[in-house]
Amino acid sequence: MKKSVFLGTLSAAALLGGIASATTLEDVKARGELLCGSNAGLAGFSAPDANGVYQGFDVAMCRAIAAAVLGDPMKVKVIPLSSETRFTALSAGEVDLLSRTTTWTYSRDTDLKLDFVGTSYYDGQGFMVKKSLGVSSAKELDGATVCIQTGTTTELNLADFFKSNGMTYEPVPLKDNAEAEQQYSAGSCDVYTTDASGLAATRATFADASEHVILPEIISKEPLALTVRHGDNEWADIVKWTFNALLTAEEFGITSANVAEQAAAPGTNPEINRLLGTEGELGAMLGLDKDWAVRAIAAGGNYGEIFEANIGASTPIGLSRGLNALWTQGGLQYAPPFR
Amino acid sequence: MSDASYVREAMLPAQKPPASETGVVHWVRANLLSTWGNIVLTLLAVYVVYLILATIGPWLLRSVWTAGSLQECREIIEATWGEGKRGACFAVIAERWQQIIFGFYPRELYWRPILTLVLMLVALLPILFYETRRFSWWVGVLFAAALFGSVWGHASPVVTVLVGIAAVCLGVWLCVRGPQYLMWFSLIFPAAAFWLLWGGTVWLPVTILLGFVLGYGAYRLVSALNGLAGVIAAVVIPILWWVLLCRAAADVLQGIVPIALVELGSDQFGGFLLSTVIGVSGITFSLPLGILLALGRQSDLLIVKSFCVAFIEGFRGVPLITLLFVASLLLNYFLPPGTTFDVILRVIIMVTIFAAAYLAEVIRGGLAALPRGQYEAADSLGLDYWKAQRLIIMPQALKISIPGIVGTFIGLFKDTTLVSFISLSDPMQIVSSIRANQEWNGIYWELFLFVGLLFFLFCFSMSRYSMYLERKLKTDHR
Amino acid sequence: MTIAMDPPKAGFRLSMLLYDTRYRSITIQVIFMVLIVVFFFWLYENVVTNLKAAGKDFSFAFLWQRSGYDINQMLVQYSSDSTHARALLVGLLNTLFLALMTCILATVIGLIAGVLRLSKNVLVARLMEIYVETFRNVPVVLWIVLVNAIMAVSMPEPKEFRGENPSAQMIFFDSVAVTNRGIYVPEPLFSRSLGNTDIGIFLISNDLLAIIAVVLASIWAYRRLQANATAVQNATGIRPVTWWKGLAIIVLPLVALLAATGFHLGYPELKGFNFVGGVQARNSLVAMWLALSIYSATYIAESVRAGILAISRGQTEAALALGLQPGLATRLVVLPQAMRVVVPPLISQYLSITKNTSLALAVGYMDLRSTLGGITMNQTGRELECMLLLMGTYLTISLLTSSLMNVYNASLKLKER
Repeated sequence: MKKSVFLGTLSAAALLGGIASATTLEDVKARGELLCGSNAGLAGFSAPDANGVYQGFDVAMCRAIAAAVLGDPMKVKVIPLSSETRFTALSAGEVDLLSRTTTWTYSRDTDLKLDFVGTSYYDGQGFMVKKSLGVSSAKELDGATVCIQTGTTTELNLADFFKSNGMTYEPVPLKDNAEAEQQYSAGSCDVYTTDASGLAATRATFADASEHVILPEIISKEPLALTVRHGDNEWADIVKWTFNALLTAEEFGITSANVAEQAAAPGTNPEINRLLGTEGELGAMLGLDKDWAVRAIAAGGNYGEIFEANIGASTPIGLSRGLNALWTQGGLQYAPPFR
Repeated sequence: MSDASYVREAMLPAQKPPASETGVVHWVRANLLSTWGNIVLTLLAVYVVYLILATIGPWLLRSVWTAGSLQECREIIEATWGEGKRGACFAVIAERWQQIIFGFYPRELYWRPILTLVLMLVALLPILFYETRRFSWWVGVLFAAALFGSVWGHASPVVTVLVGIAAVCLGVWLCVRGPQYLMWFSLIFPAAAFWLLWGGTVWLPVTILLGFVLGYGAYRLVSALNGLAGVIAAVVIPILWWVLLCRAAADVLQGIVPIALVELGSDQFGGFLLSTVIGVSGITFSLPLGILLALGRQSDLLIVKSFCVAFIEGFRGVPLITLLFVASLLLNYFLPPGTTFDVILRVIIMVTIFAAAYLAEVIRGGLAALPRGQYEAADSLGLDYWKAQRLIIMPQALKISIPGIVGTFIGLFKDTTLVSFISLSDPMQIVSSIRANQEWNGIYWELFLFVGLLFFLFCFSMSRYSMYLERKLKTDHR
Repeated sequence: MTIAMDPPKAGFRLSMLLYDTRYRSITIQVIFMVLIVVFFFWLYENVVTNLKAAGKDFSFAFLWQRSGYDINQMLVQYSSDSTHARALLVGLLNTLFLALMTCILATVIGLIAGVLRLSKNVLVARLMEIYVETFRNVPVVLWIVLVNAIMAVSMPEPKEFRGENPSAQMIFFDSVAVTNRGIYVPEPLFSRSLGNTDIGIFLISNDLLAIIAVVLASIWAYRRLQANATAVQNATGIRPVTWWKGLAIIVLPLVALLAATGFHLGYPELKGFNFVGGVQARNSLVAMWLALSIYSATYIAESVRAGILAISRGQTEAALALGLQPGLATRLVVLPQAMRVVVPPLISQYLSITKNTSLALAVGYMDLRSTLGGITMNQTGRELECMLLLMGTYLTISLLTSSLMNVYNASLKLKER
């Protein structure tokens, strides 16, 4: 497909090449590959390893979806997108979904014609300062110099926060996390603000992590969600329910280790049976086969496993589950029932 | 009269110049300490050099080349050089240099870009050193080395030896008979490079090249009947071929004789490979466009001329980065709904347009430098416009413009770093990605030093080549 | 080019449109025109269809909405309550300011480096050559990022100025603070200010206007004084002594005005996290300014060198033979000729400096590209409108600059018969 377009356009007249076919699902199946828009480099969420393979929490979500749809978690092509290009890339069909720490907001959902189908991570904007500054609350930051990543919701939140508290600040907008981190650690700004998860990830990588504190105030709601194009409901359903399957798996204790065993024969819990395809025809309703959820879970484990492997307490990033714990454990992650 | 004692009969041997006028002392005095101002300048210069060395020197000296992470690096440096000492951690480069150079290209397929690069040098030789005929030996050696090197370590020993023998034979043959065929090789090189880099079936580039052959054939056949119809046929038939039949024909041929390489997506291109692909294809495709624009700008046809002026000034007037944003954000608005195509291709299109505007001005300079007599001579021979351009004007104008073209290319190559602003994996973006990794987070200077050094080596040698050419061309015209 | 005309024949046949050179050019142009119109119409159609499909409209109304974000460096009043259009203006002024400053510094460095490269002092000449080759063969983005990082690392943080034994100190009698957030210099303040005038888009300080008016008036008066003195000299042969009158005319009104408005300097002071008061040249500005200047200066140095080398030695010798002093010879003979070679590449260098300011996002300098083409575009999702506006603005700046400089260039040109 791509090749025909590549060459067709060389002849200038063939701009009508590669017309996208009817649905995203058909496209993905025909291509045999899931195009996943993600971050070019954000520790724990999406970054290429030494072999050039992208790893991270956001990428793991894509892998689960690829496993469900295509049967192979490695059939994911991660397209690194900047915060400026991500929405255009999605609406133009360059990627099938965004799994790129994208905040679900009203205007993005409506005005930008996107659909947010599942909050993969409940986040909020926080502040990180050096301990030596002696600051214990964000309310004490009047007059501070603040590093922000530009092109995100954070700069609007920041303006609102300081304005509503009657404080002034000096914004230092930066292109990406790596640049912001460098400026912060060199002391060009007093405060670094971004999503709390990003702060934790950044703090974890400092040689002197204990010299930095994340202030208690969380000034915004940042539900980071999986995003698809508006209007293709079948595809939105697949993404949404694959994500829900990962949540449900954690709820019922289905892990990558035991999923094959549990899927081998129907068990006692009918919902697990429906989820794993040993009972009913849930897969067919999505346009997939009955083992879709099994493959999704086997790819990187359930939601909790993905969390722990990439950003959890045992990793250098060391995020606690917090709001992202299951609803049964006091968090917000809650999957609708599979029936 | 014999007494002319005031005239010396035997010459005294020349005395040695005084010690202060020769040797190192004199050189230092004359060059460094001739006046007070000069002394001040010298001292300043020495101080600047000392400052630079004193800052960077120790850091470079205490470098570490093997470590798994920045943390490990720091520990090694502290262990070797003492507490609190800092040094360069080049281990990151030892681990990740392939990514900076090849991006995410599969490691076992590195031979493909390398082979492409060497073939590119071969293809460029007749253009770059068109005056010397001695290059044929270089071609032979390069060819043999390329084929041999690309197979080395990737195939069984028997295949390696066979290919080695074949490569040597081909090289020798090229040395003896080569030069006249090299031009043809230069012409088919773009298709070959495309096939090597992106992979897929070999028949697609072949059928695309066939389009040009068809066009030429149509021109020869039809222009015998009617000149204008010939031109139209030469344009329309290849386009029809490319749009309608090319792909199908390639599929059929692939079905009959399957020859294909592993197909790779554009997302796997990165680092200097990406920069080179964008830079080289930008300059290659923009050359014909630039020539047309330059001619259009000099044309007597008012509409054509004003269009060309608007095009050139318009694209020279905006920063490349906005054009890249257009490529990544807006191109989809300007194309029929549902059209999607590769982001690298979109960037190449915009870069081509941008470079064409600059090249048009370079070539216009070349055209302006030609003496008026050349045009008049062409006219007096009865050549029509296109023939005059093709046979008389362009060969000379392009020759004069080569340094300018090389300069544009260097600028373009450096500007490819801007694609990191639209998240393509150019060297700068790769550096960011590496820094986002747990192990290498916090590393800074080493990576930028490496990237800068590679850019420097490439651009510096290009500019030296361009100066060499300039000198050479100068003598031609005096 | 010129093709022999066929003898004119009576009557007009359709085939003449193709075969008669008189009409052929018209035919070609008409076809070309039609193709272009069709092409643009095709683009337009696509845009309309695509916008409809995306459910978007094409409107610049978003420019009048609240922007909601802050900009650190603003040459005119701006807050997060201002409109996007206002943010555009702030960005545009920042771009122009940076471009202007860079052009000046790059010219100065380029001139020095170009002359020094031809210096007899081998060490200096070599050093300059290394400088030129190193900087022009590495992408400018890399230099911008590196200069910014070097400044962030090597300059002291504001907190280092604090305490009993601060590790950093203010310079120039405690008036200038150099920190890694910016350089703070004293600002002019007026205790009995004349207020501001609102000229619609932004406020202009009346004090500044008054100072400009007074200075202009003084210069005019001084000129009159000199003209008067010359007239007296022509009439009587004796030039009256005017230096004290001149001095008084220049200095006194200004001093009087400054005293009346209560002029004093506001010194930067360390308060809270940062220095307060004074004028802050932010590090992003300084880094962009230095990096771009140093990079562009290498190109200017090369053209200066070429300009000097282009003048044959005979010109200087001839000027000296005419009895001109060396200074005059340089000013009247060498420089005007060198300028003729230097100015055209200088123009294109200024243009590329202006265009290169669009890389400011790399260090977080809020130029036009970062405000309109960055945050505004991101927050409103209006790529098409923002990009068109952005490109249009850059194009206008470029065309204006190049036409102005071309006028200057034309005035330098050799007048040929």
